[in-house]
Amino acid sequence: MAEADGNRTRLTEVLGHNGFEDRARHQTRNASVGHPNANLRELVAQGMHGDAPSGYGVAMREKTFIGSWPILRQISGSDRLGRGKAAMSSRSEHLQPRTAEADKVVDSVCPFCAVGCAQKVYVKDGLVTQIEGDAASPISRGRLCPKGSASKQLVTSPTRVTKVRYRRSFGSEWEDLELDTAMDMIADRVIKTRKEFWQWEDEEGRRTRRTMGIASLGGATLDNEENYLMKKLYTAMGAIQIENQARI
Amino acid sequence: MAECHPVGFQWVMEAKRKGATIFHVDPRFTRTSAVSDIHVPIRAGTDIAFLGGLVNYVLSHELDFREYVVAYTNAATIIGEAFEDTEDLDGLFSGWDPESGQYDPETWQYAGAPKAPAAGQRDPAQPAGDRAGAEDASTGHDHEKTSHGAARSEAAGSGGPSVPHRGERDETLQHPRCVFQILKRHFARYTPEMVHEICGISREQFGQVADALTKNSNRERTSAFCYAVGWTHHSVGVQNIRTASILQLLLGNIGRPGGGIMALRGHASIQGSTDIPTLFNILPGYIPMPHAAQHDSLDDFVAADAGKVGFWGNMRSYTISLLKAYWGDAATVENDFCFDYLPRITGDHSTYSTVLGQIEGRVKGYFLVGENPAVGSSNGKMQRLGLANLDWLVVRDMAMIESATFWKDGAEIATGELATDEIGTEVFFLPAASHVEKAGSFTQTQRMLQWRTKAVEPPGDARSDLQFYYELGQRIRTKLAGSTDEMDRPLLDLTWDYPTEGPLGEPDGHAVLREINGTGPDGEPLSAYTELKDDGSTSCGCWIYCGVYADGVNQAARRKPHWEQNEVALEWGWVWPANRRILYNRASADPDGKPWSERKKYVWWEASADEGRGRWTGDDVPDFIADRPPDHVPADDATGPDAIGGRDPFVMQTDGKGWLFASAGLADGPLPTHYEPPESPVHNALYRQQNNPPRKSIDHRANPLNPSYSTVFPYVFTTYRLTEHHTAGAMSRTLSYLSELQPEMFCEISPRLARQRGLTNGGWATIVTSRTAIEARVLVTERLRSLRIGDQYVEQVGLPYHWGGTGLTTGDSANDLVNLTLDPNVFIQDKVGTCDIQPGRRPRGPELVSYVDAYRVRARDDDGREPENRSDA
Repeated sequence: MAEADGNRTRLTEVLGHNGFEDRARHQTRNASVGHPNANLRELVAQGMHGDAPSGYGVAMREKTFIGSWPILRQISGSDRLGRGKAAMSSRSEHLQPRTAEADKVVDSVCPFCAVGCAQKVYVKDGLVTQIEGDAASPISRGRLCPKGSASKQLVTSPTRVTKVRYRRSFGSEWEDLELDTAMDMIADRVIKTRKEFWQWEDEEGRRTRRTMGIASLGGATLDNEENYLMKKLYTAMGAIQIENQARI
Repeated sequence: MAECHPVGFQWVMEAKRKGATIFHVDPRFTRTSAVSDIHVPIRAGTDIAFLGGLVNYVLSHELDFREYVVAYTNAATIIGEAFEDTEDLDGLFSGWDPESGQYDPETWQYAGAPKAPAAGQRDPAQPAGDRAGAEDASTGHDHEKTSHGAARSEAAGSGGPSVPHRGERDETLQHPRCVFQILKRHFARYTPEMVHEICGISREQFGQVADALTKNSNRERTSAFCYAVGWTHHSVGVQNIRTASILQLLLGNIGRPGGGIMALRGHASIQGSTDIPTLFNILPGYIPMPHAAQHDSLDDFVAADAGKVGFWGNMRSYTISLLKAYWGDAATVENDFCFDYLPRITGDHSTYSTVLGQIEGRVKGYFLVGENPAVGSSNGKMQRLGLANLDWLVVRDMAMIESATFWKDGAEIATGELATDEIGTEVFFLPAASHVEKAGSFTQTQRMLQWRTKAVEPPGDARSDLQFYYELGQRIRTKLAGSTDEMDRPLLDLTWDYPTEGPLGEPDGHAVLREINGTGPDGEPLSAYTELKDDGSTSCGCWIYCGVYADGVNQAARRKPHWEQNEVALEWGWVWPANRRILYNRASADPDGKPWSERKKYVWWEASADEGRGRWTGDDVPDFIADRPPDHVPADDATGPDAIGGRDPFVMQTDGKGWLFASAGLADGPLPTHYEPPESPVHNALYRQQNNPPRKSIDHRANPLNPSYSTVFPYVFTTYRLTEHHTAGAMSRTLSYLSELQPEMFCEISPRLARQRGLTNGGWATIVTSRTAIEARVLVTERLRSLRIGDQYVEQVGLPYHWGGTGLTTGDSANDLVNLTLDPNVFIQDKVGTCDIQPGRRPRGPELVSYVDAYRVRARDDDGREPENRSDA
């Protein structure tokens, strides 16, 4: 198994940075027919465990123009599937995967579903340059699905909103607001609403010690430590309408 | 599973490679079906009928794993004489109160149980005035009368609710009132013919599943059920899972390797947010939230559990250790460890009741934290009406979502039902850090905590939720400092001081995890929950997580490669409780402690260990008291863990047995029964009782139901996910790669339905319910079959629910169609409904409202063929 996983890593190197997009395209094709293409799957599997790594060692015997044609190299070499060396040009041969240039690689976990696939996050100059599956995981063995494979884009996407947005009551547009100001305003509103809807007892005179004015929804995409602080603070606040996706 | 949990599905394929037979039971043909041995199409909402058919097959052919069933389940337990079954009462169990619309579980008890349960064991009555929708109530159901109104059945999340005693047993299983015989009678009519009639599954296909499943469940072999949480999205959701549990217990597939019922949950830490709950009815570790009717003091609170058999017997230690984690030195013996600081619940405070509270002006402040209810929750209109009636809303997310922008581009703005300049809600959108911009742990679906290391700093104003809540708490405490108001004491006495780090002053996640793990009198991390004390000398933020920081080491961060350990992989991450990978694994050995077979060897009793005293051992952490021999018989007066017998593998249950029959803890009966979804085109073939009797309805004008059997809404619809998108879309419709892979909202229909309604592949369709109408591109496909149900065809419309109005790919939300009728145990909605479907796009603007109104009028005037059967309980 260790060997196979090693092969997989090398395949990624062979595919270079295009490996990511290639995988995404396979998924598109699968999606359009509605179910996986078993043959394609087998080809990929064979490529992973068999031919691709040996193709890595093909020597450039023929330096002639004709001999450099990919199809000839594919037929004459050991890379019969054309997924390794045979598909390379002299330019792509010298390309480095961006994972090779990372300053650091840290352990992470996919943020989408609850399978919990392990990830390796590649960082260069303080920016995430790639996220790969971690082959060492007994859960995922290095695999990521289309969502997990796109998680680097989740981090780097231009669709991320990185500034506080504020909409005043009855307002028609978003406005800018300093984070510090926003935090202060939120704290004020919590204190006010908490008090306004405070309830020592219910209508039957039973002690409740709570506020019914404040509710919260969310937690299933957050960390355990975050959920812990949320529940602790809300409970101390007396807020009980605290819910998350587990109810939905 | 291949569709929603593709990487987990690799293990199903591994099993197939080793000879396993894979069945896929689903209304639609998916990427899972494509590689399974057999796809079994089923009518949405009929799972209990299908699974009940399998239970009947096992029982009527005597194919149960008898030795396991007798020793490890409550099959032999005798139920009281007063119990009456749905077979006796035409779809109702004994104890039904038509006035309150609820069951009294008194008659479901084990024979010989004390008539009046000890104080605190009975569920408290609820104040009628607190129930959701009181003002709009038209059914007269007072759903809050019992504790089920407060989701108390869920409070036993990591074990079972209390049963008063072990009960009388007949291990020959012949006694007419023993659970085994009751079960046989209850499921006798779930024949292959009935399965065919209800589910639309052919007798041949049913036979294939039944044969393969039973042949593969014995000493040598085990079978597993995997479900995604669509199984819970029904008004009988809890009983769906219960039916699978009954089947798996009968087949001896629980607590053994390769067996089990695997919940494949949908969010990275949805298990963690249930264990350390952001949920209204529980505290960390499934300790219930105190209830106003029942819990005036700590003694009251733990009384119900104090005498229990099993590990819930130590509830006092878990609770006091939690109170110490929350309030530290302020929590003392003298002040009941600050028990009074805990707010009390009085009924259902779940999310859908809260939304109703927002609409009615009773809830004015709202935090949305990585959640997009305007798209992801059912009945989107009610969600948006609630959002529009707040004083303030805080949205924390990575991208702009529909729940933050409803005031300018929600569906109701377009129809004129809401106007931007009339919405007073103040909205704060605060950017959130991504999973690589903060350190912390997720708990995945099999209870495994895995630590993530921080890779980079979050951009701009983005912050972790850890930092947001820490700072919010600090600011509130600063503003309230010096307050002498008693209501502020819990905030001011809170332990709220964590070390910070980095340029943004982020709280240290390790310190929080350490507090969750718990510490002893010396301040050092504890290594197991068995070390927790009830004298205030230990502190623990979540007792089931105790051990994750054992020896001061973050055990969740362990990443020993799988090729350097065996397949159980105990040194990868940390699994609660006690790093145990398979729960109740004592059941993997026979009553004498020997493996059932060499092939399925997992945990066993090693009699020669420890100088002949003996010890449980194996590939996993044994789920049993390590030195308790299989022949141990506890003393009559033993309580807590001391009362667990050597042959009682289900150590969280008060009788140590797996429950085929649940005499406590469920709002809708001790056994699962097939009822039709709240909206259905067909009659319940089993009973006159059409729907789950105590189901919870949200009564509001924005939540009208389609009449059952309506010719105006003749088709079934159900919602589901796609591989390339994630729930409400904030993490996928905002990404170009994923948006390109699944670029548009669509509906899947059969060729027969397409012909019937003149729908063309690639064209537009409008799907209509009493709530609203949405539009979608049409995909005509045999992936959805026309099902023959009795004398009629049932057509199903399949709808992915990922779309909304913002993001790179936009579309109408399927959840706008879904009504709010909830499971009475856990208040989760039923995603199955009825609809009409017509070619073309839906009307725009106010015309959409009149279009739907016209449907409702037609449905009211022509609401079915046999009106006398509609007014069920």
